[in-house]
Amino acid sequence: MPHISIKAEIIFHLLGFGVTNSMIASAIVFLLTIFIAFYYKHQSTLKTKGNFYYLIKFFVKTIYDLFYSVLGDKTNVFFPLLFAFFFYILLENWFGLLPGVGSLLVKVKEGHEEVFVPLLRGNNADLNATLALAIISILSIQFYSIKFLGVKKYLHKFFNFSDPISFFVGILDILSEFSKVLSFAFRLFGNIFAGEVLLTIVAFLVPVLASFPFIGLEIFVGLVQALVFSMLTAVFLSGAIAEHH
Amino acid sequence: MSTEAVKLLSVAIAISVGAIAPAVGIGMIGSKAVEALGRNPEAESAIRTTMILALAFAEAVAIYALVVALILKFA
Repeated sequence: MPHISIKAEIIFHLLGFGVTNSMIASAIVFLLTIFIAFYYKHQSTLKTKGNFYYLIKFFVKTIYDLFYSVLGDKTNVFFPLLFAFFFYILLENWFGLLPGVGSLLVKVKEGHEEVFVPLLRGNNADLNATLALAIISILSIQFYSIKFLGVKKYLHKFFNFSDPISFFVGILDILSEFSKVLSFAFRLFGNIFAGEVLLTIVAFLVPVLASFPFIGLEIFVGLVQALVFSMLTAVFLSGAIAEHH
Repeated sequence: MSTEAVKLLSVAIAISVGAIAPAVGIGMIGSKAVEALGRNPEAESAIRTTMILALAFAEAVAIYALVVALILKFA
């Protein structure tokens, strides 16, 4: 059986802080995202544009139309956040499928013995990364809710003393905000990590050609999970900024 | 039974029981989506998007069971 680790492995220590393999991968994808964003911005000012520009534009346009059906005329306010979520998660998921990610090994000292660990690991196959994304998503929802409704109406949503039923519903609402973080994090982590385990096991059982359809499936899953994460954020946002009665 | 056997058994039970409800749910989502398509073929793209979103939610429950099973197995 191939060795499967559910947590990211530490590659080296930087000032006493363990740098894991998923953090290295996330740094690469982060730089890539920034590069593509600046490239897109630069190309949009040119007269003759490259093919890559139109590919990104196709993505942006499709996702914009999708969000427009949820958020309506407030789409322009939230689109940068939502598209950043979508694009970053999409690149993270697809980066994890590249050859070499998870198969390039480096020698690391663990205690007194030396072990081989993968140099790169798909970032969303690390629970810390998805938890961070989920917390950013939920905190920005609270932020926009306060911004659009005001502090008083925002607190009134959770602490309603007019009658016992609304009071109890308010407490449930507070709990559901925390459970949203967990469900966001586990959904993304579970899908991507399960995909990695599936690919590893299939490649172990049948080394030739059998992985191919599964890689196609994982590309689709990566797209759907990026879409689901950003779409859910959009749906929760539209609920959070709506006036309650 | 040895500890190892119980562990393997618990992994199998976690994923097999956890997969029942999502399987039923995904089947229902699919059947309803096809029904809606039959009634209103023009709304195909809207139905497909909503269906894939709903599928992802139903699938997420199975994924939670899978995460538990994987943690039991590998951690």
